[in-house]
Amino acid sequence: MSDSDRHINFKLMRDHILSLQDRDQETPRTGKKYWRSLEELADTPEFREFVVREFPQQAEGWNDPLERRTFMKLMGASLALAGLSGCVFQPPEKIVPYVNQPENYVPGKPLFFASAMPLLGVATPILVRSNEGRPTKIEGNPDHPNNRPTDFPPEDPLRDPRGSSATDIFSQAAILGLYDPDRSQTITYREDIRTWTAFVGAMRGVLDEQRGKQGAGIRFLTETIISPSLGAQINDLLRALPQAKWHQWEPANGDNRRAGAVTAFGQPVNTTYRFDLAQRVLSIDCDFLSGMPGTLRYARDFYARRRVTEANRDMNRLYVIEPTPSNTGASADHAWTVKPSDIEALARALAGQGSSPAPWVDAIRRDLDQHKGASIVLVGENQPPYIHALGHAMNSALGNVGKTVFYTDPLEVNPVDQRQSLQDLVNDLEGGRVDLLVIIGGNPVHNTPVDLKLDYPRIAKAKLRVHLSEYKDETTEVCHWHVPAAHFLETWGDTRSYDGTITIMQPLIEPLHEGKSAYELLALFSDQYDRRPYDIVKSYWQTQKPGADFENFWRQTIHDGFMADSALAAKTVSVSGQIQPPPATPAPADGFELIFRTDPSIYDGRFANNGWLQELPKPLTKVTWDNVAIVSPNSAQQIAGTRTNRGATKGREHYVPQIEIKTQQGQSVTAPMWIMPGQPDGVITVHVGYGRRLAGRVGGGTPDQLVGFDAYQLRSSWEPWFTRGVRVTNTGLDYALATTQLHFTMEDPNFSGEPRDIVRQHTLEQFLGGERHEEKHEHPSIYPPEYNYKNQAENAPNYAWGMALDLNNCIGCNACTIACQAENNIPVVGKTEVVRSREMHWIRVDTYFQGGDANQPEGTTFMPVPCMHCENAPCEPVCPVHATVHSAEGLNDMVYNRCVGTKYCSNNCPYKVRRFNFFLYQDWDTPLYQLMRNPDVSVRSRGVMEKCTYCVQRIQNGKIQAELEGRRLRDGEVVTACQAVCPTDVIVFGDINDPNSRVAKLKENERNYDLLGELNTKPRTSYLSRLKNPNPEISRG
Amino acid sequence: MPQIFHHSTNALAKITIYGAVFIAVALLWVAVELNRSSWNTGQWVERQQPVQFSHKHHTGDDGIDCRYCHTSVEDSASAGMPSTSVCMNCHKQIWADSPYLEPVRASFRSGKPIEWIRVHDLPDYAYFNHSIHVKKGVGCSTCHGRVDEQPIMYQAATLQMEWCLACHRAPERFLRPVDKIFDMTWRPENKGAEQLAEGTKLKAEYRVQGRKILESCSTCHR
Repeated sequence: MSDSDRHINFKLMRDHILSLQDRDQETPRTGKKYWRSLEELADTPEFREFVVREFPQQAEGWNDPLERRTFMKLMGASLALAGLSGCVFQPPEKIVPYVNQPENYVPGKPLFFASAMPLLGVATPILVRSNEGRPTKIEGNPDHPNNRPTDFPPEDPLRDPRGSSATDIFSQAAILGLYDPDRSQTITYREDIRTWTAFVGAMRGVLDEQRGKQGAGIRFLTETIISPSLGAQINDLLRALPQAKWHQWEPANGDNRRAGAVTAFGQPVNTTYRFDLAQRVLSIDCDFLSGMPGTLRYARDFYARRRVTEANRDMNRLYVIEPTPSNTGASADHAWTVKPSDIEALARALAGQGSSPAPWVDAIRRDLDQHKGASIVLVGENQPPYIHALGHAMNSALGNVGKTVFYTDPLEVNPVDQRQSLQDLVNDLEGGRVDLLVIIGGNPVHNTPVDLKLDYPRIAKAKLRVHLSEYKDETTEVCHWHVPAAHFLETWGDTRSYDGTITIMQPLIEPLHEGKSAYELLALFSDQYDRRPYDIVKSYWQTQKPGADFENFWRQTIHDGFMADSALAAKTVSVSGQIQPPPATPAPADGFELIFRTDPSIYDGRFANNGWLQELPKPLTKVTWDNVAIVSPNSAQQIAGTRTNRGATKGREHYVPQIEIKTQQGQSVTAPMWIMPGQPDGVITVHVGYGRRLAGRVGGGTPDQLVGFDAYQLRSSWEPWFTRGVRVTNTGLDYALATTQLHFTMEDPNFSGEPRDIVRQHTLEQFLGGERHEEKHEHPSIYPPEYNYKNQAENAPNYAWGMALDLNNCIGCNACTIACQAENNIPVVGKTEVVRSREMHWIRVDTYFQGGDANQPEGTTFMPVPCMHCENAPCEPVCPVHATVHSAEGLNDMVYNRCVGTKYCSNNCPYKVRRFNFFLYQDWDTPLYQLMRNPDVSVRSRGVMEKCTYCVQRIQNGKIQAELEGRRLRDGEVVTACQAVCPTDVIVFGDINDPNSRVAKLKENERNYDLLGELNTKPRTSYLSRLKNPNPEISRG
Repeated sequence: MPQIFHHSTNALAKITIYGAVFIAVALLWVAVELNRSSWNTGQWVERQQPVQFSHKHHTGDDGIDCRYCHTSVEDSASAGMPSTSVCMNCHKQIWADSPYLEPVRASFRSGKPIEWIRVHDLPDYAYFNHSIHVKKGVGCSTCHGRVDEQPIMYQAATLQMEWCLACHRAPERFLRPVDKIFDMTWRPENKGAEQLAEGTKLKAEYRVQGRKILESCSTCHR
């Protein structure tokens, strides 16, 4: 029997045995109140198996050419001797001090530098930790005006007095991006390595030819430019070469927002909001909590008005109308998912310009009318300009402008319609008018719309093409010259945050490779072609801020990371007349509606080669390493005849049907289908950015090794976010997906009694009326009576570490997961290993849907789950080698060097928060990754268990610092990585022995509860139940 | 048929059986002793350095304070290694032509640092912090021995965990007054029986954490 035959037979046998087992299962329990997956709602055998077994059955045997048994046979002798490999003398280490030690540098202590991460068209102000000159971790800059402490509620002792150090997942993962070994490392001309000097010579040659023509053949293509100094540099260039042209294109641009403002006000504006002053918020497809400029500030302010404490008994209210479920919809008090084509009628009705299609529309209008000047109407970038204009009109009519809504000049140096800008470039290319095309950043060959695709036949009409980018990507492939771009942590620059505050990008390290910045590239086309980025930025600001004291001002600005009081001033604009609806387009008779979104993990595709982001479970689907076509359960029934995502399981590997999506214009892609509760029927959502042909080893390096599918192939420039009349067919093929939705479920493995009480939620009305959750403690406990970890010190009351997580505030942004990954040297395991439940994240975010109807769930709740640090820790008594023991301060310590890998602890953990290194997941060999690691945390090897430590390295360093200064730790001095990064203050960590600490006060709060408290584990991590504030006028149905 | 084995072989059998126990114990003892020996721990082993730097000369004879070179010992986890410029502060003037110091001058000229060989190499999994030990009354010589008597630096202690724990379990045996931290001659034995009483007093004065906390794994391992 050949090897492959035997494999198949084993598979058949296993499936047979499992199917027999499945038949024995008792009848499913349905009608659960909270569920994480459709399988859990239907209580399928697959779900039950994931509850009973932490790792799926026979995980190691799946499709693995080198099975464990074969491996053991082959490696028998080597394994027998493997024990001896520990008996080697460590090679002598070297100590390499400086020749001249820099001032202010203390060896062994990190330094922090203020900088900025440019994304979503704006800056995220950051503080970067530098260990011995290596940037290792990114935090938000708490001194930046965007991150000032929230003013609301004013006198509450639970208010966070710190400035926010929040960032998003992209900033956190930027550290991995910096050290990515796949980044381009040399300048090339037609794939041959060249020097910078050769490139300079080539560009100057072209420039000399073009000078006579005033640069008529030169085209610059950039992404959206916010940076004032870079903008000034380009504008200077265009003055010197008046016939040259500058185009801007980004796939997720602000065209709709811009056009909406032009419709309403006759000019483009930037809109900012004050959520801490808003009591009612209406969002029309605007994901303001996780994906728009200013999102960190907005989320913080928004949630400051939702934390119900003794001092604050009121909440704001959020209405969301959206075409596909989003994080903001999950946080809403009322969310309606409707077809994209229905949104216009709803928006008009809400603006009072049409008949009301549903009774709740009137209720929303009444509620908003009662909160004039204290409400906000938001319209998402995806919506057409007309809806944006209606939104402006509504805010104006509600008197919000100047109170909660502010208008300023646009942030962009040159706010253009990017679609038109790209169209002009394509016209020039096709007209043969382009001699030199300089593409600065971006990947237009991959991400341009189908009708304006800069594919080879089109782009080849430019005689010489230059591409500045971090990777050798799809665009590099069709360009002559490639210049490696410097990472934002490697170069100087300036940019603006969402309100226009000038924020300085400060390099933390010299370019690791030969990276050049846009400044250096553009300088080649001016007279001073060897100017350094620092000089360009500084001299620009010298002209802007003339004065004798410039040096001091400049030093202060760089130190702080921002220019004080540089936010753009609010300006007065007024809605001009009645907003006319656009001419109605004839709707296609049938077919699906298709929605395009940027991907929650890899954005528009630029982060495709970032393993941290690829492996991050997407907030609502929990899919990793792929994008999917999201459909509703009803549509799935219609397309593929299934209502659960594991409807088509083979063995225990997770297969979903592959469907073909075909637009009216005839473009088609094949995509795995994912059923999302709450998705409107007849609507498909796809995320762009995947299907990269040349992203790198992580994100897809060769055409036959793609990661995900390329949704840009369906996207046209005239319908960038929605299209209609899409045909969908089931290909009959299956696709293996890696999703963590069923992993680490906390359900009772005996399935006895009621489902476990994990998520707790009330409406504000119920809560204020005194309704509380019933505590269940009737379960017998094998653990000893309470052992007091709170009083172990000999001299003074010791610290007792604890954490409180407020479910009310969690927006499911995943920033905690990735901040933890960066802080604690957590490895990436890859898609195959995620399939086997072996992802290593120390803190996971569970997504619970609510209600009995998969098509219309009543709500969505996110729940971050780190280690609970139980006082009666179930993991400890089962460890045969004392590898997990309690510290005197109540930490559940994990001692890697003692661990022999029995995994009993993980098996016994009811919260399923322990992670095992099945293989050597850490890359120990790549020198670049060695630079990246946090030196204060051990890098774990194969065969050991690991888990959340409450960031013990931060606790110890904080304690030592306090002791050196002869005092106790102050509350808020030690923050865990997850707490630091959280935009909405969900996670509060501290000393519960100190009754005045925030965490102790939160644990006293009436909403506080222990997760699975009935097991008598006495967790140090507790949760605060969620509250919703629904409009009593609106009855769901 | 005659017996194959003579009667006297019974004794041999008995010796073998009982002896096996002794042999096993002896082997175990050898293993334990080997583990603690300087062959394994590197204790007492002098390390050759790129520059023949003598602590005995600089500290013992010249009386230079430890902190002149190891600047961050009171502030940071790392005591800090002197940069080349610190050496050159003096050696620009003194022994400016000495051939022994050529590597130092070469480093200063070229900007290429001197690569010293690490003498006290704790496992990467142990996170030792100099500053807190110095602050809490653990002197240099408690761990590093009589550095002022070492022409070539060696490791004075085993640096094994039992050695660390000996102090973490009973710090009063080793704590010294604040003004004696950098005193190379101070030894707990000099105090005799008084050390325990004085150490206990110092322990309270320094607010040294309780034994249970000092013994917790995460105090040193992360």
